[in-house]
Amino acid sequence: MTTLTPVLTRNWDQADSFTREGYERGGGYRALRKAFRMEPDEIVQAVKDSGLRGRGGAGFPTGMKWGFLPPDSPNPRYLVVNADESEPGTCKDIPLMMANPHVLVEGTIISSYAIKSNLAFIYVRGEVLHVIRRLYQAVAEAYEAGYLGKDILGSGYDLDIVVHTGAGAYICGEETALLDSLEGFRGWPRLKPPFPAVAGLYGGPTVINNVESISSVPSIVENGPEWFASMGTEKSQGFGIFSLSGHVTRPGQYEAPLGITLRELLDMAGGIRAGHRLKFWTPGGSSTPILTDEHLDVPLDFESVGGAGSMLGTRALQIFDETTCVVRAVLRWSEFYAHESCGKCTPCREGTYWYKLMLKRLEEGQGTEEDLETLMDISDNMLGRTFCALGDGATSPVMSSIKLFRDEYLQHFEQGGCPFDPAKSTLWGGAK
Amino acid sequence: MTYDPEVRERLERDAKQIISRYPRPRSALLPLLHLVQSEDGHVTQDGIEFCAEQLGITPAQVTGVVTFYTQYKQKPVGEYHVGVCINTLCAIMGGDQIWDELSEHTGLGNDETTPDGKVSIERIECNAACDFAPVMMVNWEFFDNMTPEKAKKLVDDLRAGRPVLPTRGPEHLATWREASRILAGFPDGRAGEGVQAGPESLRGLELARERGWEAPPADVDRERPDEPVRPEQISPPPHEPGEPIPGEAKPGSQEGRSK
Repeated sequence: MTTLTPVLTRNWDQADSFTREGYERGGGYRALRKAFRMEPDEIVQAVKDSGLRGRGGAGFPTGMKWGFLPPDSPNPRYLVVNADESEPGTCKDIPLMMANPHVLVEGTIISSYAIKSNLAFIYVRGEVLHVIRRLYQAVAEAYEAGYLGKDILGSGYDLDIVVHTGAGAYICGEETALLDSLEGFRGWPRLKPPFPAVAGLYGGPTVINNVESISSVPSIVENGPEWFASMGTEKSQGFGIFSLSGHVTRPGQYEAPLGITLRELLDMAGGIRAGHRLKFWTPGGSSTPILTDEHLDVPLDFESVGGAGSMLGTRALQIFDETTCVVRAVLRWSEFYAHESCGKCTPCREGTYWYKLMLKRLEEGQGTEEDLETLMDISDNMLGRTFCALGDGATSPVMSSIKLFRDEYLQHFEQGGCPFDPAKSTLWGGAK
Repeated sequence: MTYDPEVRERLERDAKQIISRYPRPRSALLPLLHLVQSEDGHVTQDGIEFCAEQLGITPAQVTGVVTFYTQYKQKPVGEYHVGVCINTLCAIMGGDQIWDELSEHTGLGNDETTPDGKVSIERIECNAACDFAPVMMVNWEFFDNMTPEKAKKLVDDLRAGRPVLPTRGPEHLATWREASRILAGFPDGRAGEGVQAGPESLRGLELARERGWEAPPADVDRERPDEPVRPEQISPPPHEPGEPIPGEAKPGSQEGRSK
């Protein structure tokens, strides 16, 4: 049986966990002192050896990303922390930064030192005011303690951190759109290559990492890469925060080794809400194809979830029981993608627009079976044909739901409307 | 119409500070727009021209950015801007019903404001609090585990000027303009208020404590930091760990919202 492994969440039940004092009481900023006795390249190597893979959804090896920085660029290097958490269902970085912002600050300092950057940005979405307050305070406290600024702890190393707030745009979680936004433009994804490691912020070599990835770095430095790699599976090492939401008895954050199963997590969370059963779920946000109760024992690691036809993504486990209309769920996600498509690439801009119209018609029972073929056709024209992954993500719920729940789509227009009562799905309407 | 000289002088001072954070001035545009929004309540033509002047770019370039981001409002919003999450998870958990009932109760549609200018409502997308669904936001503070009844009372209280408290947020609800100023990078000193985490955020940790689950111990032979924290450097927490901060609303409940 897999058990939980609180590392990043370990101090969240301390009332002052978000203060420097509270963080240091649990050993905070010890890893920073150790890091300064290591060469930057040793830290890069340790992160490579740990097997840490990006926790923002794509799962790219973090240490390898750091290793892509060209050694001889004349431009300054930058670290940019992606704190623009907006993927539907994803809700781990926000509570992490609210309860434990110093682990992110410590991780940012160590990571910047490792990649030899003297200026780091934390790009946080603008719709989370209290999290932003806590980040400002944590950075200010780190300056006061001499962990930021000039000659940090006598190491000769200088670093500044700027907390930068966004202004409401899901697309800015895409790393190159984030850079455009941080440069003061509309958040439009850039064509890759060149990758940000070569030409990123202001054209300089840039590393962009997710909040949880960067926050994992202090524990790797302090406890060693072997310690980190002793958790998880062979190719998906370490721990991660699993976020359970929806029709589950005790929704919340569960920090566990990668490879834990939904069955195990549901057991810990008290199961599906009383009197109901699992219908479908997302393993890692709305951009990951939906799964069903057939996938309860799939290890939640990058390879196994990929093997089951979906993606681990951000471990955003949105759980829906049998009262939920899958067409309604997919309509809502499609409306979201249409709203958030930046409009740069035609397949995504037009595809999400037609998704929205067609799914609305289907949900209202006005569609035809041919519409399902058209939806699949639109999906084929979006998938892999856009600058960034937003268009790809938009196809996931549509394609996977038609594959798994074709009959439910058909039922809608056979009976000329939605066969479900939305009141039964609500938080207050579920009792049987 | 342009800003009065005193207002302008103050804004220029703030703008200078914002611009100084970045290696290149244009990076300051997003926070500058939050700044002018904190002055005018929404992004006005004056605000756009001010930002353009500060950065040496054209008003058209600034407008192109304003129209891209949903937090910049091109017409006045309420002193309290209320968001109801209608993305899939929240919608299904009751967000749709909350929206319908709130919209009917207030007589407002999406992005509309009450005649007294107190409250505006908006259908918002996922705000990264899905374990607290259905979620609402007021001036970007969290109101967790909402119901139609709580939502209507919340808006009634806001309109009547009765104080309301966010579930996870400070002990004073910032106005729209105050919130915009924080987003521009000028904190209000309230970071220490409110809970560190909501009950849902602690579910896994509490279970782990109950069952004695921990991450594996690190190698005992590992190098020790040379400056361990000495006991005398540690001051006790202000109150018992895990206990709510005295005098504060219980996390996750509506209790204590209306004083």
